[in-house]
Amino acid sequence: MKFRTLLAAAAGAVMLVSGTTAALAEKLVISNWDGYMPKDMAEKFKAATGIDLEIAVHATNEEIMGKVTASGGEGYDVLFVSSPFAEALNNLGLLAPIDHTKILNLANLYPEANELKHDPGNTFSVPYTWGTTGLCYRSDMVKTAPTSWNDLLSPTDDLKGKITMLSTDRWLMAAGFLADGLSVNTTDQADLDKVRDQLIAAKRNLLAYDDTTFYSKLVSGEAKMVQAWDGWCNYGITDKPEIKYVIAKEGSDLWVDTMVITKASKNPEAAAKFIDFVLNAENGKWVVENIMYKSPNKAGMEAVDKSLFEKYPNMAITPAELLKYEQLRDLGNGMKAFSKTVSEVMAAK
Amino acid sequence: MARTGTWLLMLPGLLWLGLLMVVPCLLVFVLIFFERGIYGGIDWQAPTLENVTRVFDPLYLSIFWDSAVIAGLSTLVALFIGYPAAYAIAKAPASRQTALLFLAILPFWTNYLIRTYAWIVLLNPAGLINTLLIWTGLRSEPLTLLYTKPAVVLGLVYSYTPFVILAIYSALQRLDPSYAEASRDLGAGAFQTFLRITLPLTAPGVAAGAVFVFVLSIGNFVMPNLLGGGKFQMVGNLIYDQFLSARDWPFGAALSALLIALMMLLLFAQAIASLRARGDHART
Repeated sequence: MKFRTLLAAAAGAVMLVSGTTAALAEKLVISNWDGYMPKDMAEKFKAATGIDLEIAVHATNEEIMGKVTASGGEGYDVLFVSSPFAEALNNLGLLAPIDHTKILNLANLYPEANELKHDPGNTFSVPYTWGTTGLCYRSDMVKTAPTSWNDLLSPTDDLKGKITMLSTDRWLMAAGFLADGLSVNTTDQADLDKVRDQLIAAKRNLLAYDDTTFYSKLVSGEAKMVQAWDGWCNYGITDKPEIKYVIAKEGSDLWVDTMVITKASKNPEAAAKFIDFVLNAENGKWVVENIMYKSPNKAGMEAVDKSLFEKYPNMAITPAELLKYEQLRDLGNGMKAFSKTVSEVMAAK
Repeated sequence: MARTGTWLLMLPGLLWLGLLMVVPCLLVFVLIFFERGIYGGIDWQAPTLENVTRVFDPLYLSIFWDSAVIAGLSTLVALFIGYPAAYAIAKAPASRQTALLFLAILPFWTNYLIRTYAWIVLLNPAGLINTLLIWTGLRSEPLTLLYTKPAVVLGLVYSYTPFVILAIYSALQRLDPSYAEASRDLGAGAFQTFLRITLPLTAPGVAAGAVFVFVLSIGNFVMPNLLGGGKFQMVGNLIYDQFLSARDWPFGAALSALLIALMMLLLFAQAIASLRARGDHART
């Protein structure tokens, strides 16, 4: 009996506290990758709008996806996730629609950024960064510059054991799909088997699977060629100008990182204000100059010092060229066959 | 009165065990019988046994087997390093034993990840070991040490050997020295005494240490990633990938349940063995 009164008192206290904070000030909870927006974002946003920002970080899409699906999105207002995850969250009914009348800075985006296949018209997601996946290599250590995914999958002798591939399953498999001229969203069993065999053969020549430190392996010379996202290759180029990036002749995927508002958000108006704030030219410029990713934000891209595009040629790719590449999409029911194939590659010796 | 007292004292421990161990394990167990929804999450509509049969697919069994081999190898090496160390500590003057034990567990005062990264610094082609080998002229080209299976085993041995030392040390401590003295008096040499008296009597400690290393190793997923370069998949990685990459919680739960069952079996066998050993000991 005593225990029950105690519980009731505790519940009452919690309600009282949460009630008063809601009345005091508007507050938003954001989850983003560490270092993926300006450090002083919270102060600047507070100064501009009076809204408090609490910033949580996630290391991977998978991590935030796990948290959000487990809680139904409760506790978060705005999330930064890659497009296939935005798509899955939307399909799970966890996202709120994007109200274009509240986010006027959407006008800063390139027209192409409104035509992304995972969400034409940006109805539930707003693109934040975009780019390609290709080959990042030491031009001073390879005999001939790579041009094809096959240069990575069946390397020349001097490159054996000096190669890394991305360990995130979708991009790892994409290297094989693209080499074979297949869609990066293939789930057909015969195609999966074919790519599995290619990737198992390629595994024997790998230094490691790596999606966090591959560019530093290039800088140190431990690796001579790596599968890389263009922006991460740029980090390598900063440290070692001999590092170059090339999109394989068979093509790339178009990856897009997006911002989404959770359906569980108590404050969708403030969430829209936040996205509007991120889309201003100043923040768009910050993205390009600091994360060295391309931005779908035209105003931001145009504000950047043009010398950056000379040092990092992959930044100069036009939105029209980017849109030629296929985006990774959520695989839905195909995920089971896909992930079994990945396990087969991972378990192979 | 005394009984209520016992229960009250045990309450925090039982709550801890119940909320953080029994309840999550039951949740995992329940998940097994459902299917992954189309977009991840769980489809509560259609209970199924599919995940149970899927676990026994040769592919997944082979990953269990490979993990058991790596864990078994790590256990053996840890025992070969840990037993002599524990023996030396137990034979050292009593005044020095605490200091020596402290040294054995000192690595635990440093973060696990940092210690693992330290191995990357040592083993990489431009690392300390290779630099030394080349500098002394023993090798002209750097050895491939990092991102290999031995590197994974090394990492596991390094992490878990202190458990072996502690388990065997405490068994040696409990050992009545008069047994060894009697053996020596009856004409057995030092080695024979060790082999026929000390080793069998400390076997429960060896078993406890071995089970510790094996159970911790087989579920480890950090070493295969950091020191194995992601090329050697272990059960821990497989489960991690099912929960996070494939977002197939029910199948991840089924794999976890098999792993938990294996661990329980081992711990149970070890408990039985140590009980029996204690019984024998009491009778002699």
